[in-house]
Amino acid sequence: MAEAMIEFQSVTKQYQGGQPAVDQLSMSIDRGSITVFVGPSGCGKTTSLRMINRMVEPTSGTITVGGRDVTSVPAAELRRSMGYVMQSSGLMPHRSVVDNIATVPRLNGVSKADARKRAEELLDVVGLDPSLGKRYPSQLSGGQQQRVGVARALAADPPVLLMDEPFSAVDPVVRDELQQELLRLQRDLAKTIVFVTHDIDEATVLGDKVAVFAVGGKLAQYATPEEILRAPASEFVASFVGRDRGFRHLGFTTADGVAVHPVETVTRGGDAGAHPDSWRLVVDEQQRPLGWEGPGLDSQLIPGGSLFRPGDTLRRALDAALSSPSGLGVAVDGDGKVAGVVKGAEVLSVIESARRARQGAL
Amino acid sequence: MNIFTETFAWLADPSHWSGPGGIPVRLLEHLQYSGLVLLIAAAIAVPVGLYIGHTGRGRVVAVAVAGALRALPTLGLLVLFALVAGSGLMPPVWALVILTVPPLLAGTYAGISSVDASVVDAARAMGMKELQVLFGVEVPNGLLVMFGGIRTAVLQVIATVSVVAYLPLGGLGRYLFDGLVLQDFPRMLAGSLLIAALAIVVDLVLAAVQRLVVSPGLSARSKGGRKAATDLSAAAPAAAAVQGGTA
Repeated sequence: MAEAMIEFQSVTKQYQGGQPAVDQLSMSIDRGSITVFVGPSGCGKTTSLRMINRMVEPTSGTITVGGRDVTSVPAAELRRSMGYVMQSSGLMPHRSVVDNIATVPRLNGVSKADARKRAEELLDVVGLDPSLGKRYPSQLSGGQQQRVGVARALAADPPVLLMDEPFSAVDPVVRDELQQELLRLQRDLAKTIVFVTHDIDEATVLGDKVAVFAVGGKLAQYATPEEILRAPASEFVASFVGRDRGFRHLGFTTADGVAVHPVETVTRGGDAGAHPDSWRLVVDEQQRPLGWEGPGLDSQLIPGGSLFRPGDTLRRALDAALSSPSGLGVAVDGDGKVAGVVKGAEVLSVIESARRARQGAL
Repeated sequence: MNIFTETFAWLADPSHWSGPGGIPVRLLEHLQYSGLVLLIAAAIAVPVGLYIGHTGRGRVVAVAVAGALRALPTLGLLVLFALVAGSGLMPPVWALVILTVPPLLAGTYAGISSVDASVVDAARAMGMKELQVLFGVEVPNGLLVMFGGIRTAVLQVIATVSVVAYLPLGGLGRYLFDGLVLQDFPRMLAGSLLIAALAIVVDLVLAAVQRLVVSPGLSARSKGGRKAATDLSAAAPAAAAVQGGTA
């Protein structure tokens, strides 16, 4: 059982003359894990996050961080002990990237030279070129700005990171990159991260645990993402999690049991002109997949689908099969060489037996 | 001779460039009056503007009062102060202060409130105290807008300080009022040209100061868009030139 880092005890936030924004919230957030607050607009997830560093003061109830009541510390000091990343990067336009990152160490009295040196190291940590340090925020792309925002939050090496929809304003490709980057960072840093999003996909990708909030500031379910997808606690959670939850849930089971079959391959530029009578996989000299040649298609190269790598999940295996023009999902080894193909029907039967095994275990 | 050649002849006359009524002395007087008015007005308007901009409190009252003050007729106010408070330097200076506070106050307030709310929110969430938020974030980021207000106010003061000659005090306004009384139109036109030239020079100086104190990060933004690959030093003068043109 993980140790609690942040605890909400019957916390309520009520603005004047309105419904409570957060209603009797009690939950405990594990140390060194990513906890995601997810829910529709107006569910109080951001308010709950901002009560942790007292950007919002609760109407009643207590919040403790590391066993200490947050109201026992002056607000400014408390906030400097937590990293904060927000949706619009919130970087200061008049300061260079390096000076933005150095903000909190400078507030803590670290010398300018030391703070800048640390900031330059952090640029590397968040995957930015150190030459960007002299630029101003307005000269960076949205994705770069968010990375700087993360670097700034990490600058004073706080044990807690609060992230308020940090990736929701960037395009899906960059968002995916930033999510993977955050997970990579977290493997090294093991911070206690509280992450707010309205995107259930993001929640299940990032969260060690996910807290689903319902409108009116009530906690609808607080569990691992796997459990939320498999067993939503209520009609509300089920509808919020959405239609694809069955498919997404496959992302939590590795596809070890799926058989990989041999496949006919042909090296590109090899026996040109031959009309294949069945689907065959075109590979390059290093045996990496390039695409497919189909029957009656004049050896024209058809782009392949997603790849299935060792250790991937059932979701990846099924997607590889579904997205392949031949219906055969291309499996590759660790070096990217073709290992064979997986068949959709077989993936489904593995899924079915995994379901039976789960039922047996219950 | 037409009025323009006469005016240039008047300006070129060496006797007008020396002595107690000469152009250098009048210029210096003009600058002193303007400086005094601006200093007092800034001492009142800037703190109030910062307070209103930072807290958002008192905005409605300030806007109403500033609007009312702006509607006051300059010459009338000046004569009223002279009649009530007597002759001397300070009554007209106070009258001009009253007219200068509104644009300075509005400029300061507008500068502070022009700063992106999310930047201010982030600064607070980083753990900055209120004064650090104000002077470390709001002022430097609002400076570009604030400079607009300051430069408007300075130009207005340099132009209107001329009226103190009516009381009668010194300054370049002397040439206007004396010229009017003596029906000496070249002298009046020369006085106007000198005031206009002074205003332009002072504005250019302020533009240079603005370039020094406003972060290049803001100029890059005011140029619009992200200029990932462009060198900043190339962008800043262009932005400043554009702003100089608006005054």
